[in-house]
Amino acid sequence: MHARNLILAAATAAVTTALVTAASPVWAAGEMVLPSLVYRTGAYAPNGVPFANGVSDYIALVNAKGGINGVKIKLVECETGYKTDVGVECYEKLKGEGATGAAVFNPLSTGITYQLIEKTWVDKVPVHSMGYGRTAAADGRVFKWTFNFPTTYWSQASAVIKYIGDQEGGMGNLKGKKIAHVFHNSPYGKEANPTLEILADKFGYELIMLPVDHPGQEQKATWLQIRRKKPDWVFMSGWGVMNQVAIKEAAAVNYPMDHFIGNWWSSTESDVLPAGDAAKGYKGANFHGAGADWALHGDILATLYGGDKAKAGGKNFGEVLYNRGIVNAVFSTEAIRTAMGKFGDKPLTGEQVRWGLENLDLTAARLKALGLEDFTNPVKVTCEDHETMGPVRIQQWDGGKWVYVSDWIKPMRNVVRPLVERAAAAYAQEKGITPRKCDGSD
Amino acid sequence: MLYREAGQFKSSYGADQAVFPIAQDRWFIAAAAVFAFVVVPLIADDYWLQAILIPLLVYALAALGLNVLTGYAGQLSLGTGGFMAVGAYMSYKITTAFPELNIIVVFLFSGLFSAAVGIVFGLPSLRIKGFYLAVATLAAQFFLIWLFNKVGWFYNYNPSGTIDAPPRAMLGVLITGAEAQPEVKYLTALSLLSVFALLTKNLVRSSVGRAWMAIRDMDIAAEIIGIRPLRTKLLAFAISSFICGVAGAELFALHFGSVETLAFDINLSFLILFMVIIGGLGSILGSILGAAFMVLMPIALTNLFVGGLGMQAVTAKHTEFMVFGGLIIFFLIVEPHGLARLWQIAKEKLRLWPFPY
Repeated sequence: MHARNLILAAATAAVTTALVTAASPVWAAGEMVLPSLVYRTGAYAPNGVPFANGVSDYIALVNAKGGINGVKIKLVECETGYKTDVGVECYEKLKGEGATGAAVFNPLSTGITYQLIEKTWVDKVPVHSMGYGRTAAADGRVFKWTFNFPTTYWSQASAVIKYIGDQEGGMGNLKGKKIAHVFHNSPYGKEANPTLEILADKFGYELIMLPVDHPGQEQKATWLQIRRKKPDWVFMSGWGVMNQVAIKEAAAVNYPMDHFIGNWWSSTESDVLPAGDAAKGYKGANFHGAGADWALHGDILATLYGGDKAKAGGKNFGEVLYNRGIVNAVFSTEAIRTAMGKFGDKPLTGEQVRWGLENLDLTAARLKALGLEDFTNPVKVTCEDHETMGPVRIQQWDGGKWVYVSDWIKPMRNVVRPLVERAAAAYAQEKGITPRKCDGSD
Repeated sequence: MLYREAGQFKSSYGADQAVFPIAQDRWFIAAAAVFAFVVVPLIADDYWLQAILIPLLVYALAALGLNVLTGYAGQLSLGTGGFMAVGAYMSYKITTAFPELNIIVVFLFSGLFSAAVGIVFGLPSLRIKGFYLAVATLAAQFFLIWLFNKVGWFYNYNPSGTIDAPPRAMLGVLITGAEAQPEVKYLTALSLLSVFALLTKNLVRSSVGRAWMAIRDMDIAAEIIGIRPLRTKLLAFAISSFICGVAGAELFALHFGSVETLAFDINLSFLILFMVIIGGLGSILGSILGAAFMVLMPIALTNLFVGGLGMQAVTAKHTEFMVFGGLIIFFLIVEPHGLARLWQIAKEKLRLWPFPY
């Protein structure tokens, strides 16, 4: 009886102290906070872990070299489990962290991005949803605080259709072809649909929509439909465990792998490896390089892992999503560096970093200096264009590594940009936002 | 000593039937209300309001709704998430179709839609009971989520399938939308919870509530003494779904601001059910305590591990899963009737304190 009361009292006391002492650790001067919403647990962890490792390794490398112009970056991870409500909690907790507040948020979840877009206007912290999130945010006149460069789902869909047209021997040959879109039944997965529909009207292919419900472990019905309808190409917008299941199911219905293209969230090592040899020939889109044979990777290996390849391998070194984490961290740090050019070499506020993101000009020369020559494309963000519509490349799994099978494909700007502007205008109207003029006055 | 009702005489039926017949209870509740309505908005920061208190109040309302159905009327339901989704999506449809309509009225109307849906999915309860009914309500959960994902009309054909809460004001003060002050959102959620808690408390003390409890305790006996199961059970479904629908609309408009169907998936139904079980079946206070436990505990543990012990975010999360699971089991062993019962035991002990015999 007494023990029970004791434990009850202890539990109550622990909760109270935990809640009261929750925040406010001491911050070192000359340090700025970069929040990192990660998911190393849950159904999407196989994808969340390599990305988070890429981000943390790159930031560790930057800090090991003395930080950005002498300002160290403190990476604060918050575990979301890909859950929207937890992501919002993380955001509220981290937005004011450190002396100057959070620099920029990378939610790594379209669902969380949707939540944060509005909150960031009020809190004056930018969101950079790199290649995910709300595509309409590419119109910087309406979405002042949201960035989604280097490219978006809509641009990607148009580039993939361009690739398919190319493989069929010309866009004219798409007429009468059947293209299936297998997508995660969530805002993320649906994001590409409007573009695919408009392109279907334009080029005359038949579009088959096949939604897969979260988390995507059960896809027998989907692939039965594919076996029945025999689409010429399958495009997939999947995430997490859904990808490997889809690849296995595709193999089970003998669908030709080289006609199966995943988007850039559906083409990493952990998606293809579980399917074994069956995954050979599977294709995926990407906006940066795969593998670890880049100058920067050599630097990371030497500086952080003392050249120990096995140890780095345990951290998903060189996997597609690890590399994407690096790209994201490079964009964040380069935006901070750009902002420092205007505001001085000191910890910056979210508002100042937003200026840096909007004026980011990552040239080929700068990429080379970072050790990322040809790894990804130069990016120049403007006030109107928060996306830059960067090109996309198709990679193919050869059973052991990803190899490029296409050149850089430019998205169809004439199709996508009007869509973006229309969606952004509709959003502005619904929310009562006056678009910025982008003449330097705002 | 402090908590003794000796000398408090009731001279009217009204006084005898009051919700809080003991003066100390009345003082306590009044103090708690003043604290929640006045002190909390003054001292709480953005993080506390946005990330902890608003979801806590919304989940407490949903747990209250489920407690009416499961705790008082004894009908096990796993469709809470679905009924909340009805509230959320209907409030979006109503407020975008009639932007002038007061947002509180919108919440109540969306509750009505949810109640109607609840009645339809409550029909099987006339034939089946217990676990079988749980499975039937599970159908509501999956069907409704599928419907809101499938039919574009519900989300105004928005390409991504999400719904966004437009800014709506009452008496010139913004209540929903990103620019609305967290304090206003908090007070709105708190007021709705208080009103519904008071209404429910009075409802369960009335003939309706007694009929629910009779059905819960033994439905054949209840039928024999003249309680009509059809009316009683469907009324429980309607009122429960109404409250859950309002909670869903709040979750969408006050807390998230932008939702997709995934926010209302089966996990939400389980979460609300766990709140009711841990808080205490058939108790208004239990719904609030259960919601508080399920919302505060994981956040408190994470903050303790990361902020207090300096653990890595991921290790903290894994530890949190284990400790939280352990705590649930601990509390259920200590008091199988939930936290509300613990509170009741504490009150009984306080009557004799400090001279127990």
